[in-house]
Amino acid sequence: MIKLSDISRTFQVGDEPVHALVDINEEIRQGEHVAIMGPSGSGKSTLLNILGCLDKPSTGSYYLDDREVAELDEAALTMVRRHQIGFVFQFFHLVHRLSAAENVELPMIFAGQPRAERRGRVAKALDAVGLSHRADHLPDQLSGGERQRVALARATVMEPEILLTDEPTGNLDSASGRVVLDLLDRMNDEGLTLIVVTHDPKVAHRADRILVLVDGRIERRVAGDQISEILAMLADEDET
Amino acid sequence: MTLADLLRFSLKGLTGHGLRTALSLLGVVIGVAAVLILTALGEGARRYVIDQFASLGTNLLIVVPGKTETTGTVGAGGVPNDLTLQDAEALVRGIPEIERVAPLTMGTEQVAFGERRRQVAILGTTYDYMLARQIEVARGSFLPDEEMHRGSPVAVVGPKLAREVFSGEDPVGQIIRVGGWRMRVVGVLAWQGVKMGVDFDDLAMVPVSTAMQIFNRTSLFRILIQSSSHADIDILRDKSRRLLTERHGEEDITVISQDALLTTFSGILGALTLALGAIAAISLTVAGIGIMNVMLVSVSERTREVGLLKALGVGRRQILSVFLTEAALLSTFGGLIGLVMGWLAVGALVRIYPAFPAAAPNWAVAAALAVSIAVGVTFGLLPARRASRLDPVVALAGR
Repeated sequence: MIKLSDISRTFQVGDEPVHALVDINEEIRQGEHVAIMGPSGSGKSTLLNILGCLDKPSTGSYYLDDREVAELDEAALTMVRRHQIGFVFQFFHLVHRLSAAENVELPMIFAGQPRAERRGRVAKALDAVGLSHRADHLPDQLSGGERQRVALARATVMEPEILLTDEPTGNLDSASGRVVLDLLDRMNDEGLTLIVVTHDPKVAHRADRILVLVDGRIERRVAGDQISEILAMLADEDET
Repeated sequence: MTLADLLRFSLKGLTGHGLRTALSLLGVVIGVAAVLILTALGEGARRYVIDQFASLGTNLLIVVPGKTETTGTVGAGGVPNDLTLQDAEALVRGIPEIERVAPLTMGTEQVAFGERRRQVAILGTTYDYMLARQIEVARGSFLPDEEMHRGSPVAVVGPKLAREVFSGEDPVGQIIRVGGWRMRVVGVLAWQGVKMGVDFDDLAMVPVSTAMQIFNRTSLFRILIQSSSHADIDILRDKSRRLLTERHGEEDITVISQDALLTTFSGILGALTLALGAIAAISLTVAGIGIMNVMLVSVSERTREVGLLKALGVGRRQILSVFLTEAALLSTFGGLIGLVMGWLAVGALVRIYPAFPAAAPNWAVAAALAVSIAVGVTFGLLPARRASRLDPVVALAGR
């Protein structure tokens, strides 16, 4: 359960303060599938970073399961990222010198899980994304879609409550993109809270709800299947 | 995170950049090998000198004319009295703890056999000299065991001199001319090389009185005293000095104990070894800076990876320990390889120059390894801290 109240995030760029997020108020229930849309520079990524505890709001409160994140110290934030949150990035962020299986194993190594247990969970996570046969391949030997599926396995191997994804299909062709989206949907069906930042209406329309960010504010909230209502608006914004 | 996991992960970080890792390893390898080789040379020099002293015989005192210490007493100086054969005889008579006394005089003279001539060192001494200095005779006998003041016209020649002058003939029993004096060759020395600056292969030895006649001298160059093995060398030195001072009416001689000389030389050369090691250690510091450089490059190249690790819930301390472990692994492996290389180099040196007993002292081996590891960790700290403090958002963006 995520609750954002009056969240603002201001960056100092030179002498100019830049308001990346302004007065964000939002609740996201456990198991919900939310898409965040908006033109470039509208604050989508900043919002995702705050949700993922990689960044902190300048003002306002972020409650994660009724815990105020601002009050957590560095060690506690590390634990939140380790156990409650998974990340999937547009550029995969696989460690290129490690095999697919070793990439998936990474969070468990640093979490101190015993080796025998890790092996089983890696196999399970790779199986869930259909890549058991690619376990020993290095990222360079995998296709884009396969790389993103490895990243997905890595993000979910610690069984987080929330999966944050930033343009998960931005670098994929439509066929492998669809495979990744289907996997995301299935994990969401199993109870994982899914928050997707995207430009792509085909990605966004799968969500329960769509938040449209413009200049750091939530401008519109629509249901996923009513995406047509906002397409014209997004097109306008992109032109200006 | 277990230590085994940490080591495995850090090791993969290093092997991911083979060439870069190898080059910074090389710096440590050279540093450690340099410490080993230089201290081995220093230690070799020390042992060489000790061996040289040991080859001169043991329990020896050396009496030289003149006082090497200044007393500051006005008018007490003046020209020292000569050391004489009578002094040597008085030592034998006066001090029962003395095992043997060998008077010594030296000069250069022409040795001729037929038409062949050679200018060589002439050593005038006695039969006891052979025993004190542990000199071996290859053919014939040494100088006759006779009274010091009896100068028989006999000579013992070094093997090189024998080869050059006699050209194949057996020297023993032949008559040679030393200066204007005719001598009968009674023996040939065994090959033994240069000892303390005297080439024992290329000289002639004659009885001390004979040598003093040849050189027309009444004074001795040195007197060698060998104590009976159980006698205290320091007491014997004091007794000898007192006896000669009494005879001369003033203290105008110096009695050197070979042990004291040895201790001094050993100390000086030990300090030299230490200094060589310290100089080599500078190259280890340079290697440490190399490690820091490599780690800094590694951190900036792996900024995205650090960002990812942070997003995956890897703590600051863990990231710090990953990079610190990489630096420590670099320096430890470098140190170990350096030890092996150093050992091989010293081994090769000993094989090429067997006479020079080069060997790295244990303290140098331990210090080289310890310093290399310490250097790696110290210089790895800055890059590791930088990595652990990266802002995850900035790091993920790869900026």
